[in-house]
Parts: sequence; structure tokens; C-alpha cells
Amino acid sequence: MIEQLLTLVWTVTKIMMIVLPITIAVAYFTYFERKVIGYMQVRRGPNRVGPLGLLQPFADVFKMLFKEIIIPTNASRFLFLLAPVLALAPALTAWAVIPFDDWLVLANIDAGLLFVLALTSMGVYGILIGGWASNSKYALLGGLRSAAQTVSYEIAMGFALVGVVVLSGTLNLTGIVQAQSGSVLSWFWLPLFPLFVIYFISGVAETNRAPFDVAEGESEIVAGFHTEYSGSAFAVFFLAEYANMILISALAALLFLGGWLSPFQGLPVLGETFLGAGGIHWFLLKTAVFCFLYLWFRATFPRYRYDQIMRLGWKVFIPITIVWIMVAGLFRVLGWYGA
Amino acid sequence: MPILEIVFYLFSTVLIGSALSVVTVGNPVHAALFLVLSFFSAACIWLLLQAEFLAIVLVLVYVGAVMVLFLFVVMMLDVSAVRPRGGFAAYLPVGLLVALIMAVQMFLVIWTRGLETQLMPEPRPEGYSHTSEIGRLLYTDYLYAFEIAAVILLVAIIAAIALTHRRRPGTKSQDPGQQVRIIREERVRLVKMSPDGEEN
Repeated sequence: MIEQLLTLVWTVTKIMMIVLPITIAVAYFTYFERKVIGYMQVRRGPNRVGPLGLLQPFADVFKMLFKEIIIPTNASRFLFLLAPVLALAPALTAWAVIPFDDWLVLANIDAGLLFVLALTSMGVYGILIGGWASNSKYALLGGLRSAAQTVSYEIAMGFALVGVVVLSGTLNLTGIVQAQSGSVLSWFWLPLFPLFVIYFISGVAETNRAPFDVAEGESEIVAGFHTEYSGSAFAVFFLAEYANMILISALAALLFLGGWLSPFQGLPVLGETFLGAGGIHWFLLKTAVFCFLYLWFRATFPRYRYDQIMRLGWKVFIPITIVWIMVAGLFRVLGWYGA
Repeated sequence: MPILEIVFYLFSTVLIGSALSVVTVGNPVHAALFLVLSFFSAACIWLLLQAEFLAIVLVLVYVGAVMVLFLFVVMMLDVSAVRPRGGFAAYLPVGLLVALIMAVQMFLVIWTRGLETQLMPEPRPEGYSHTSEIGRLLYTDYLYAFEIAAVILLVAIIAAIALTHRRRPGTKSQDPGQQVRIIREERVRLVKMSPDGEEN
């Protein structure tokens, strides 16, 4: 019994060691977003709170926490308060199977990739329930849009991942990264280039970010599913959205850019220095690149029209992925890639 | 290992409770959410049996896709307008009949397997992969059954599309091909204007 209790305490400690850095990362992701978009629009972004505005995220958090949570009349009270939790829980749970390094993973489970896919698809419940429970037509429309979009892009995303599974021969995320070992050219972005692009675009669509952010299209439906949310309940939705964005970025780095593997792997000059050897710093760097892409997209592209989103998902991405899965199978049979 | 049994009974209680709530609550959205909860509890019980692939696929397909579409439809209904006629009691006889048939079917399945009264299966040896084992069985021993199931699903998809897809006259839609094919020169004419408004 004591032994089981110790295991429990140790596991909870490990979970905190993942969740706390993610929360901090989300806080600074919002700061980074405002800075990056600011400079892209020839502004400076936040620069008043603390040096270079670095304390701005904390100021925002405290502002949110001290605000009142307003529950609309005739709202379904329990579901209204449950929805933000349902949005955040899968976004954080999925990190349980993400390997940060060769050995640094909370749960090295066999079907890790499926686990992540299942959990990212569950995040839509928070949005859907929040939209319905608000008793507001804008919120309901936002929730419905989000649900339709997530379900559509999940198929393209799943097919893109099938290509990765074909080449690596495993559903275990650590195994997938190890299968890419070699050099930059043996990472899966090269043989699976169309799937790589489709995966990331579907990821942007699935997290409801620009240019696919019709779920909160302010020009038509005020703020979409979180129109009625305020205070810390709104902050939790925000936290979930950004945690999901970092998760999608981390997955793109793991599945297509070799995770923690070094791009200079095998170069005799560098050997086992921190440049040559794989490590968590490479993983974080690659993840940060994809996070930056999210912000770049937001500052660059105008919002897609709803029917264009559906067309892109169903009529463009899904056929391409199906064709490329067969190409990946061919690579495997010819022995060019994969174990 | 008493903890495993405690967890098992916890999930079973939630499963049975939420399954009963699906048929007893009045609000269709709440009923659909209880159905989600019961799928999820069932997946957790499968995880206890170390059937991780099946558990995750149950969550992925039913919770992540099917029930989202269910909710999608149910949420668009006007809740007060679709109160079931006669309520719970009116559907009870039919429901009991279906439940009885399903119970008999399940009994037959378990009975042919020899009624092993085993609460928890033996833990699998280290390195045993449930996922690859299922893949191996599906693509070797049960290949024909698997292919037939796939064909039935394909037929169902085509039938569903054929039944619902019809061209209604008078609907307005855009042809994306035409939209993509436009050339800038056909749409935009740059005009040089002199300050007094004369085109030159």
C-alpha cells in the first residue's frame, strides 16, 4: 500500500513538472504573440509592464482572476462551468505521452499517437458544450462551427498520421522519433512532405486559429463560443487553446522533424557536443518554430470563408492524403525509408 | 491488487449510472452527454483489461466523432418542442424487449466461450503489444471477416450519400474552380488619372 502511495506521489510530482512549464509557456506564448504580431504590423506590442513588457502575461492573469464570472440568465449553470474544464483537461492530458527526450516521457504507452489523436478530438466538447450552455445564439453558432470544423479536419489529420505510422511501423511516439534517426534527410518531412504540410494546416484548423478561426469570427458572431464567458472561466478557455497550439506544434516536431534528434547528427566534427547530440533543446527549438508559424499565419492571412474551409478539408486534403499514404507504402516496400 | 478492483467498480458504477440516465433524463442534450460519459467509462474499463488499442479507438471514434455529430444535431433542435410523447413509461416495453434480446445475445457469446468467471485477466508479460497483436490477427486469421466489414461500411457510406444527395433547384452555390481560374487582368483595370480627373 505504501509503495502504491509513493508511486502516486511521484507520478503527481512528474505531472506537475510537465503542467507548470506548459502553463508558463502559455503565458509567454500570449506575450510572444502580441510582440510578433506587433512588429509585423510596425508596432511595438506590450512594453509597459516590467522590462520589455515581460510581466504583461502575469498582469493579464491577475486581471482575469479578479473579474466576476457572469452566468447568463437561463444558462445551464453546471454545463456552463464544466465546459472550460472539459476544454482544458484533454489539452493537458495529451502531454502525458509526449516524449521530450529519449527517456523523458511520463507514460511511454504503446498506442501513444492514437492517444494524442483521441484527446485532441475530445477538446471540441468544451467548445460545443460552452456554446450550448451559454443560451446565446452567437455562442451556439460558434460552438457548432467549431464542431463541424474539428470533425472534418480530424480525418485529414488522421490520414496524415497514417503515413507516419506506415514509415515508422509503430504507434509509440518515442519509437516514431527513433525511426527518423540518421540525418535531416531521414526525418519524415522529406518522404511525407505533403502529409507534413497537411498535418500542420489541419492542426491550425483544429485549434480554431487564424485563418480558420470562424468559431470565434468576430465580424459575424461577436466572439463565438466564448461570447458569454468572463473572468477565470474565459481564462481557462484561453489556456486550453494555447496549450493545444503548443501541443500541435510539439507533435509536428516529433512526427516530421525528428523530435529531440539533432540536425547535425552524425557529423564527425561536432561529435557528442550539445550541437551534435540529440536533446530536449532541439525538441523545444523545433516546437518554437511551429509556434511562430501560428503567429505568422495570424498576421498574414485573412479569414477563410466557411464553405472554403469545408472544401479545403474534404475535397483537397483528404484525397491528397489518401494518395500519399499509398506513396508512403511504396517507399516502405522499396525499402527507401522505414525500418 | 485491491486498487484495480476499486477502480473497476468505480468505472462500472459510473457506466451503469450514466447509461440509465441516458434513457431517463428529459433533455436530449443531457442524454447525449450522458452517452458520452458511458462510452468513456467503458473505454476506461477496457484499459483496465489492458486492451489499450480498443479503448483508445472507442474514445477516438465514438466520443471524438460520432457523439460530436449527435450533439451537433441535437443542439439544433428546439428542446421544448421535442419533449417525448408519454415520456419514459411509453417507451419502456420496447426498451425492455431490446434489452432482453441483447442480454440473451451476450449470454450466448459468453456461454460459448465456456463461462470463465475471472474478474481480472492475468497481467500480460513484459513487451507484449496489444496493438500489434490485434493488427496481426486482423490481417491474418480474420482477414476475410475484416474485409467484408470494410465493404459493408463502404456500401453504407455510398448508400447514405446516394439517399441524401440530391440537386435541389434554385440553390445558390459557387464553383470554386471558376473562382480559382480568374486572372487579375480580367478583373482589375489600373487607371492613370490626371489631377483634374481626366483619364489619360
